[in-house]
Amino acid sequence: MIDDLIAGLAQAVRNAAAAKRALRLRGGGSKDFYGQSLDGDVLDTRGYAGIVEYDPTELVVTARCGTPLAELETALAEKKQMLACECPHFGAGSTLGGAVATGLSGPRRQAAGSVRDFVLGAKLMDGRGDVLNFGGRVMKNVAGYDVSRLLAGSLGTLGIILEVSLKTLPLPVASATISFELPEERAIQTLNQWGGKPLPVSASAWTDGQLRVRLCGAAAAVRAACETLGGERLADNAAAAYWRGVRDQTDAFFAQGDAPFALLWRLSLPSSTAPLNLSGESLIEWGGALRWLKSGADAVHIRAVVAKAGGHATLFRADDQARVAAGVFQPLPAAMLRIHRNLKAQFDPARIFNPGRMYANL
Amino acid sequence: MNLPNVRIDFLRQAEVAGRLRAALPATSVLSREEDTRPYECDGLSAYRQLPMIVALPANEQEVAAVLRICHELKVPVVARGAGTGLSGGALPMGDGVLLSLAKMKKIIAVDPLARIARVQPGVRNAAISEAADPYGLYYAPDPSSQIACTIGGNVAENSGGVHCLKYGLTVNNVLRVRGLTIEGEVVEFGAESLDTPGYDLLAAVIGSEGMLAVTTEVSVRLVPKPETARCIMASFDDVEKAGNAVADVIAAGIIPAGMEMMDQPATRAVEEFVHAGYDLAAAAILLCESDGTAEEVDEEIARMTAVLQQSGATGLRVSGSEAERLKFWAGRKAAFPAVGRISPDYYCMDGTIPRRSLGEILLFVAAMEKKYGLRCPNVFHAGDGNLHPLILFDANNPDELARTEAFAAEVLEKCVAVGGTITGEHGVGIEKINQMCMQFGAAELAVFRGLKAAFDEHGLLNPGKNIPTLHRCAEYGGMHVKGGSLSFPELPRF
Repeated sequence: MIDDLIAGLAQAVRNAAAAKRALRLRGGGSKDFYGQSLDGDVLDTRGYAGIVEYDPTELVVTARCGTPLAELETALAEKKQMLACECPHFGAGSTLGGAVATGLSGPRRQAAGSVRDFVLGAKLMDGRGDVLNFGGRVMKNVAGYDVSRLLAGSLGTLGIILEVSLKTLPLPVASATISFELPEERAIQTLNQWGGKPLPVSASAWTDGQLRVRLCGAAAAVRAACETLGGERLADNAAAAYWRGVRDQTDAFFAQGDAPFALLWRLSLPSSTAPLNLSGESLIEWGGALRWLKSGADAVHIRAVVAKAGGHATLFRADDQARVAAGVFQPLPAAMLRIHRNLKAQFDPARIFNPGRMYANL
Repeated sequence: MNLPNVRIDFLRQAEVAGRLRAALPATSVLSREEDTRPYECDGLSAYRQLPMIVALPANEQEVAAVLRICHELKVPVVARGAGTGLSGGALPMGDGVLLSLAKMKKIIAVDPLARIARVQPGVRNAAISEAADPYGLYYAPDPSSQIACTIGGNVAENSGGVHCLKYGLTVNNVLRVRGLTIEGEVVEFGAESLDTPGYDLLAAVIGSEGMLAVTTEVSVRLVPKPETARCIMASFDDVEKAGNAVADVIAAGIIPAGMEMMDQPATRAVEEFVHAGYDLAAAAILLCESDGTAEEVDEEIARMTAVLQQSGATGLRVSGSEAERLKFWAGRKAAFPAVGRISPDYYCMDGTIPRRSLGEILLFVAAMEKKYGLRCPNVFHAGDGNLHPLILFDANNPDELARTEAFAAEVLEKCVAVGGTITGEHGVGIEKINQMCMQFGAAELAVFRGLKAAFDEHGLLNPGKNIPTLHRCAEYGGMHVKGGSLSFPELPRF
């Protein structure tokens, strides 16, 4: 049955390669909004689903790409574990394959690491329809190049990520969310100062003069940090709902009526970067390293300001016209673009997987 | 491995050295044998090859100049840091340039607020933590060679250490690698922000054994120094019980800062050497460390103690002082030299396995000890499943050497069979290149070669390491299937 699914996918890939027809790899479609353009015939990956192996004492879970993220998280939570990168769902049907392909991480990223930090191995179908195995199901592995981590964030342009092995971590014993009134500059400074101290900060979000900080860890450590830092404590239910809202962008900041805000920039910066004075409202996560900006300011100006500060700007949510005009991702330097093209040609010689989703001509 | 000792072509040497001397200060280009001899091997001294030329650039411009000339003349380049690697990754080439980055050892900046250190590749691992210390910060990955090994080498090997279960490997702690392509073009992988647009090439470059680009600058993440640390030493009357105790600690939701295991032959070798106070009656001991705030450590030590007792520990000692904690560790850290004292030679393996297979692997190693008539103490990064069995032998006895090689090959094959890997942290280099054929199929190896070509079209950066050719695998496989009972004439003689 599972072998039939692989054979079916391989046939679809070979047919597409022979006909030079693009394939648009898609799981739950919760992240259709993300990327430069959506081209090609949809190849639905949801059929190839299920947890292949999960042994909590190994801290490793292996699952197929179509596995719903929610199902995977529930299975881990039953054993008091989690995917510590706290992958955003952005919708009900999001799958593991999509989470790894987009490489996006949630609030805990500042403390625990990103999706790629937790990828230990992957099974990939390349543009020839061949199934390849990289990495493994162990914590330490330096045999060959680390292709499995390279797939995190590749937006499905290198192949179909059939199966992934991820490192899991125990759920924290205790957690608490505290809130402070602070202006932007002070909030950024404070978060960076706390980052240099042995405090169990697992997430942070600042917007509109309000800084919220989540503490997670040993009960004694969380209790001690609450006492040291002060602030106003949120009720546990409200705190959980708040961080889910930040993770999935259902929080009021990201909304415009019932729909997500129409023009949203994602700025990735060195955490201690001072406020950038760009017009628009912002929500700052990851101790200052991730800044969401609702702004109609000129894209070239935004990119220039962010690049000068040592970061990059992504047009995270926008209509087709704005995406084409500004380009979703910051353009790559020539030498890097050459390496990207060479890699694409190695994995997907007929250029059938999600062409143009990351960059035009890739 | 019948490494042909390549004879230096003196005409070629004069041609290339002449070009390099026009671009670099004359004293930075070495070609006389007495000058190049110190570079003939790295930490794996069994493999030696005199390099045609050694270049010692002092800055990025000079590295770029060397690479441009080598690219133009199609001369292979092997980059080298401190030369402490254990897999021959920096073994020179008789027709190549050995590019030493030892002169590039400036700490460019330590930013205590952003918690980032920006350093040149020749900076020693421990020097980064020393520079960050005044701010209460440090660089977490701590390979055992950290007082000597350089960050450039750590990037090349994706180095680990005893704390990586909790704090991660090099790949989880390096933010940015600035480097040069073989064409001498500047490329930046990663950034001092937490992500970059495009593919995560930083992940590909870290652990690439110097085959994709030459590192000229590294930005690393610094983390707050834990307020305190304490260590439990637990004894077990059975190695399998000790292995199960490791799983029990993790199942209880605890990620120790360090979790190391040593079997009785290892503790006996070590105790004689450093007097760490190990329980010599125990079949195996576990060292479990907790770090963090004083409250956190007390809480975690209490939880670990309860779990270890439940798992059948026959004795438990908790370090009562920093001096005692360091004494517990002194034994583990001295394991290799201690074993070096009881045997003329030893062969260190580096397989990683799923932890649940620990008992099976240790029984397998014990069976191999009998089969080959050689002793093999085991030390083990138990938390992340990384084994270092040490086969004791005498290299002057050709028969023992042959048995050692066959022994090691069988163990590594077993690691792969239980779902593990041939190398957890030492790298493939030249040493384990044949075993790569066990772990990967022809299609994966083809992808690896394609990936290299995407960065280095002509295969000039450290060629011949890490990724075997199909031809080599065919030869090795042909010999290998005969079942370990024969000696491998193409394996190293050390």
